[in-house]
Amino acid sequence: MTAIPKTIKAGFDPNAARADFEIFAKPVYGKPLVYLDSAASAQKPRQVLDAMRDFASSEYANVHRGVHYLSAASTDRYEAARRTVQKFLNAKHEDEIVFTKGGTEAINLVSYSYLALRIQPGDEIVLSVMEHHSNIVPWHFLRERQGAVLRWVDVRNDGSLDIEALDAAIGPKTKLVAITHMSNVLGTVTPLKEIVARAHAKGVPVLADGAQGAVHESVDVQALDIDFYTITGHKLYGPTGIGALYGKRKHLKAMRPFNGGGEMIREVTRENVTYADPPARFEAGTPPIIESVGLAAAIDYMNSFDRASVHAHEQDLLTYAREAVREFNWLRVIGDAPGKGAILSFETDGMHAHDVATILDREGVAVRAGHHCAQPLMERFGVASTSRASFAMYNTRADVDALIAALAKARKILS
Amino acid sequence: MDDSLRELYQDVILDHSRHPRHFGPLEGATNTAEGHNPLCGDRVKSNLIVDANDRIADITFEGKGCAISQASASMMTDMVVGRSVAEAEKLMGGFLHLVKGEEATDLAGDDREQLDVMAGVSAFPMRVKCATLAWHTMKSALEGGDGAAKSE
Repeated sequence: MTAIPKTIKAGFDPNAARADFEIFAKPVYGKPLVYLDSAASAQKPRQVLDAMRDFASSEYANVHRGVHYLSAASTDRYEAARRTVQKFLNAKHEDEIVFTKGGTEAINLVSYSYLALRIQPGDEIVLSVMEHHSNIVPWHFLRERQGAVLRWVDVRNDGSLDIEALDAAIGPKTKLVAITHMSNVLGTVTPLKEIVARAHAKGVPVLADGAQGAVHESVDVQALDIDFYTITGHKLYGPTGIGALYGKRKHLKAMRPFNGGGEMIREVTRENVTYADPPARFEAGTPPIIESVGLAAAIDYMNSFDRASVHAHEQDLLTYAREAVREFNWLRVIGDAPGKGAILSFETDGMHAHDVATILDREGVAVRAGHHCAQPLMERFGVASTSRASFAMYNTRADVDALIAALAKARKILS
Repeated sequence: MDDSLRELYQDVILDHSRHPRHFGPLEGATNTAEGHNPLCGDRVKSNLIVDANDRIADITFEGKGCAISQASASMMTDMVVGRSVAEAEKLMGGFLHLVKGEEATDLAGDDREQLDVMAGVSAFPMRVKCATLAWHTMKSALEGGDGAAKSE
């Protein structure tokens, strides 16, 4: 658990939080919005939107460049945002936080700037079958370009990770373990501390994709002793266009640049170029400045609540929904791992996920239908697509009731 | 119930999707192609026998998909059997106009009447690709079938 200010009281009122999200004031097809697609992207509270607007209208200029007042103010806010992310993940040093345009770019950065330098043909990358494509394709690049071998670790039928299978997959040729912190389809939360311990015992570094995990779990990269951890702003109730890579200082220092341009150099001559130290080395060009302020505001917003109580609230929704769908004998939940996060994916007999989602949509219920950018996992469970309801702090039991009613209606129409 | 939903999932469509016509492999196929909808991961395969006179002597489809894509594929196969390739392509042009909510002046008579049940798709822009996948796959097969068909 990240440190929570003592002034924050235990307990959480989702309706109070919900009032901060203006989108819920606008009906969909004349019905109240039931937003159950936060795992794809979360809605933004007014605190985030206000922070971005206030900053852009009073302190904005480019960062790290001018000597003028606004440039200094803007640089202060940008670097303050970095420290907010540092504290959020409990990184030891602020220069261990690299801003990226999202989680995908953060993983690609590690692939290109770190691992590509260490891969010989036949070297292995260990990953689980429940990875999002963003934590698969950057490693496929190394397979295509450098002859890396992807070693896949299966999940059990309940969606949980078999730590022994993972351990067994880590061999003398393994150069990285790349694994999700929380599956965007199954909701499975992986035992990162144990995974890191097992991998480190064999001298192998670990990258965790925290796109979902950082939203629902507390992250302490020092306690985990993890090498790389990636987050994305828009799932953390923050803006699109920004994410971050946490990397241990020793790793970042040993990494080559990814994009070349302004900001990331020490000196450029006609003959040569030398590079800035991390994190600037990896932040070529004008960074997402306004977005960084929005991301910091989003983290502050999340931390304004007792996160353990928020977690308990989301778990309550998950349990409530899980129990409610038992009445549908035509619905099969995919992913029942113990301790899983608030995501409910399911398959419906004789009804395609897209047809279900279309009917739910007309009831104001937004769910995701498809392969969820996790096709190897779909293959594992023998389905082409699933429907997915994902829960966030602003959801309530009434949202679950609306989901259940809409599902019953879909059944009526389609069968 | 929402009128547009009733329009989309009318009985004819649900019947086609549950009991698709011309479903399965096709022995002696002269033209085949696979189509892929990257949004949902659905795949459809189109198999045709085109005779010496450029006539579609037989056609089948394979694959799994939503009610809209299955119904569309089923109706398509029903309608193009016995037509010339040029006629089938003309029908496709009319169908594309129809599901996109555009004026389908090139659809007439029985064709118009039969395909009208698919017109409801135009109220669901996110689902147009589901309806057009099989048709694009058929076209891809007729054009030689190399590479996956698009769904738009």
